Amino acid sequence: MLETIVFSTLNGILYGLLLFMLSSGLTLIFSMMGVLNFAHASFYMLGAYFAYALGLHVGFWPALFLAPCLVAVIGAVVERYGLRRVHASGHVAELLFTFGLAYVIDELVHLFWGSIPVSYVPPDYMQNALFTLFGTDYSIYRGVTMMIAVFMFAALWFLLKKTRVGMMIRAALTHGDMVGHLGHNVPRLFMGVFGFGCALAGLAGVIGGPLLNTEPGMAQTLGPIVFVVVVVGGMGSLIGAFYASLLIGLLQTFFVAFDASIADLLGVIGISVDPYGEVTGITLASLAPMTPFILLVLILIFRPRGLMGELEP
Amino acid sequence: MVKTLLNRFAVSLLLLAGVANAANPEPVRFALIDPLTGPMSVVGQPALEQLKFTADRLNEEGGINGHEIRIVGFDNKINPQESLVQLQKAIDDGIRFIIQGNGSSVGSALLSSINKHNQRNPEDRVVYFNYAAIEPSFTNERCSFWHFRFDANADMKMNMLTDWVAENDDFKKVFLINQDYSFGQAVSEAAMRMLKEKRPDIEIVGNVFHPLGKVKDFSPYISKIKSSDADVVITGNWGQDINLLIKSASEYGVDVPFLTYYGNTPGTITQVGEKGVDRIYLISEYHGDFTDPEIAERQEKMYKQTGWDLYPRVSVMLEMIKKAGDKAGSVEPVKLARALEGLQFKSMAGDVTMRASDHQIQMPTFISVLKNNMSHGAEGTDFNFHEVAAFNAEQATLPTSCRMRRPK
Amino acid sequence: MSVFRPFAPWLISLAVLLLLPAVTGGSAVSVINVIAIHIVFALSYNMLLGQGGMLSFGHAAFFGLGSYAAIHAMNAIGDAAYAGEGFWAHFPVFLLPLVGFAGGALVALVVGWPFCRRAGTAFAMITLGLGELVATGTQMFPSVFGGETGVFSNRMVGPVWFGLELAQPADVYWFMAFWVFAAVLAMWAFTRTPLGRMSNAVRDNPDRTQFIGYPPRNVRFLVFIASGGMAGLAGGMAAVNYEIVTPESLSLVASGLALVMAAVGGLGIFYGPIVGAVVVTLMNSLLSDFTDASVLYVGIVFLAVVMFAPSGLAGGLEQIRQALHRAELARKWPGWLVGAAAVIAWILALVLTVELVYLIRHGDDKLAQALGIELDAASPLAWGTVVILLAVGYGLWRVTAKHREANA
Repeated sequence: MLETIVFSTLNGILYGLLLFMLSSGLTLIFSMMGVLNFAHASFYMLGAYFAYALGLHVGFWPALFLAPCLVAVIGAVVERYGLRRVHASGHVAELLFTFGLAYVIDELVHLFWGSIPVSYVPPDYMQNALFTLFGTDYSIYRGVTMMIAVFMFAALWFLLKKTRVGMMIRAALTHGDMVGHLGHNVPRLFMGVFGFGCALAGLAGVIGGPLLNTEPGMAQTLGPIVFVVVVVGGMGSLIGAFYASLLIGLLQTFFVAFDASIADLLGVIGISVDPYGEVTGITLASLAPMTPFILLVLILIFRPRGLMGELEP
Repeated sequence: MVKTLLNRFAVSLLLLAGVANAANPEPVRFALIDPLTGPMSVVGQPALEQLKFTADRLNEEGGINGHEIRIVGFDNKINPQESLVQLQKAIDDGIRFIIQGNGSSVGSALLSSINKHNQRNPEDRVVYFNYAAIEPSFTNERCSFWHFRFDANADMKMNMLTDWVAENDDFKKVFLINQDYSFGQAVSEAAMRMLKEKRPDIEIVGNVFHPLGKVKDFSPYISKIKSSDADVVITGNWGQDINLLIKSASEYGVDVPFLTYYGNTPGTITQVGEKGVDRIYLISEYHGDFTDPEIAERQEKMYKQTGWDLYPRVSVMLEMIKKAGDKAGSVEPVKLARALEGLQFKSMAGDVTMRASDHQIQMPTFISVLKNNMSHGAEGTDFNFHEVAAFNAEQATLPTSCRMRRPK
Repeated sequence: MSVFRPFAPWLISLAVLLLLPAVTGGSAVSVINVIAIHIVFALSYNMLLGQGGMLSFGHAAFFGLGSYAAIHAMNAIGDAAYAGEGFWAHFPVFLLPLVGFAGGALVALVVGWPFCRRAGTAFAMITLGLGELVATGTQMFPSVFGGETGVFSNRMVGPVWFGLELAQPADVYWFMAFWVFAAVLAMWAFTRTPLGRMSNAVRDNPDRTQFIGYPPRNVRFLVFIASGGMAGLAGGMAAVNYEIVTPESLSLVASGLALVMAAVGGLGIFYGPIVGAVVVTLMNSLLSDFTDASVLYVGIVFLAVVMFAPSGLAGGLEQIRQALHRAELARKWPGWLVGAAAVIAWILALVLTVELVYLIRHGDDKLAQALGIELDAASPLAWGTVVILLAVGYGLWRVTAKHREANA
């Protein structure tokens, strides 16, 4: 029992941190530009594939730094020549554009790397055990991933709160026009933020690729969940996204681990039902894939601004 | 768009006319409806390549009764509805022989649809050759004259597997993990029933199902296996699901034996490597020892040419179809099907028979374990599966409840 | 003659529907049936987006649930007809789309109220959540949704209407023709009702409609129900066509397809989604025979439309129609023709680039093989052609840009 709890917690936190890395970029972009970037998970996928391809030539660690930069450049180009043009036509047009972009990026990855998962694995020395608890190894790689995620969060916080650029970003968040009037190049700021947000997604891909399999469907699997995180956390709130990611990560992992069925839960409070019935046999494990979306629908109905958001969508 | 369709139709007419006028008989075409893209393509692509590879060899021997064999791939993305769309496309294209294997969910839809098509189109009948959809009902309650299965079904395999487990006193706690659909449920049900009969002292410490092809991170399931204290895991997982399950198990250093139906799915051996040696067991129609030099040579040639390893039962299937067609002297579906019933064949593994009563192949089966330093490794490595137990066709057989209706 | 002018499109469409089977070949019928389903699906989507301003990512939930309702009803008809009695024994398969409509509308009624508070991004997100929720929830109720295998049935049961036994795809065509005509007529009539007009008003200026006494939420809710019902009707048509419904019909991919079809065709014009449905369905089904990158092309077309031609293909058609109407075509068409030639040059360059990349990465290219062209990725001629085409396109565009602007 204890080992299940310990490992589920560790895995849940890891998955949650990965979700946070992905959703932090999306939150930034949404707060700054009001654009919900449907293609965000596709940039995540690009990060993973670039890291794989670069890693074949330069090694794991250089690829770790180069791949997000490459993704950032692509993001900036997309913003400058694509998004900006569509911006004039309204929010719906922007959403349609990013939706189409996600489609096209997915297919381009398919074109370049084929449909079979690629073998993007961390170097051998990282696959050894960091520590062994209850007879199960926890690999060095997972530990490194957690460290990178925490470091990224700290760096992001520092950037936003303590630097000049961060100040401009925070100002442009709520008073974009004024920032423009004060002489800052707001379009360039937007382009930079979009690129930076995509770089964060790319970094998540570099880390997440070995954990969750690098294949062309990876964007479609994580895409909707990232939106849930942003909305549940509160559109515009990084802290909210952090809490929401951890919440979803832990819930999903624990639900699979503690495979109680509705019959079991009813039994706990004293109601006895047929354990194999279709409804009563539903287990938490089978509910697990649905958890993010149940949360999404509940939040949008009862608390539309999310856990910690200030802007209502 | 009407113009395009019209043009296409005209072109195909001309081509057909041209072909009909040629001296050689028309090629006989087989449609492979399987996932050729997407995460499950790792099981569809090797089948396509194996069929083409074997077809080349058989065409040199004259094809089927003089007709050249042509294999056409149709991608169904593992989706039953898409498979029916592709089936209709193949039929519209004039193809009368359908091959499929991956996913009993798809197999079920194809079986139902082909039965309906043959009933509604008696002059245009289609035959379904199934090389891997092993949910037992296809050759029992749902048996059909138009369906032939070229792999031992899930119950047959579990029967042999549990015989082997029963002899092994080390196994006391069994953990079952399977995909949540008809096949996975059949595996689990058969395991529990047969283990109870043969070794009532064995305890089933876990029986979990997960969605087909959707789980990316098996660590929660691995932690369940750990905490259940199982000493053996039995799983029918295939495709991406076995790859990731084994990958996750090796990552967490879980070292109990895994008895699998599809441990040789491409990608698994590369993922697990040394950590799988003496741990991953497989029940299948052949093994990786390649003691027969001719078969060993084919394995090497196939890998070099296509990048995929030999797929024995797919190769055997096409060879048996050729034998049936030669025997019938025709590639007309009904005649070929009649000749296939009861056909005997000598495969690389031994004597096989296509049982006439239910169209279920009776073939030798092997249990093997992953080993290193094999003379012919799989997936370009030195690892392959080494035989530890063998069952001939008689030992593999199970009775059937099929009551088949045959065309006049 | 002018009395007939408003009815002209309808009469022409009727004529096309009646004459289509005679003009196209037999194998095209399967594709045409699918196009009919997609036309209704895309039009129902446009009721929400183009006319109501509500971007939804979960529209396939209504399509799928309507489809499931219809297929369960089909099974009920089969059972009741076999038993000889009961309500369903007298319900013709021909009317199953109405069951689909009821299913879709019911679901929209039940879930719609809390969703319709806001349009825009919030609505998009909540429909995304709904769509995914329904899609993942199907696994939990296998008796209703059939799990991975889905639910299948037989459409040749129950009372026969209009002599249509629905055996062949050619019979099903008449069923489809009837329902597509009826559905399009119904949706067009909807746009002329006060509710239809109010939904346009809510799209353009929700605050103002509130002031004149029509709460936007109520209007959106009613439109949501109507749109969900029509999507369910399309689902009912699909159930009859495929005789199988799987959880894939509810997925995000299916919802995305509705969006792509409506947007490519043109959101602001009533018949836009019809054009979009035809073009996208044809691209999806025909292109995949000729090239492996067919889905990429569809995505690029969608992206291009969103970026450069927001009013879609129908928007272009409308421009031509307007020019005809105003007798301006004579001076506009040279500019347009050259512009079209430029676009074609760019398309050719794009296709060539994509296929070359395919050749480099995968060793062979389907399109080149289909066209019988020898493509050599290493040769400068291939890449040179790309550059030349791009330059030609660009040149043509620039040269006539001024001319187009002057005559706009």
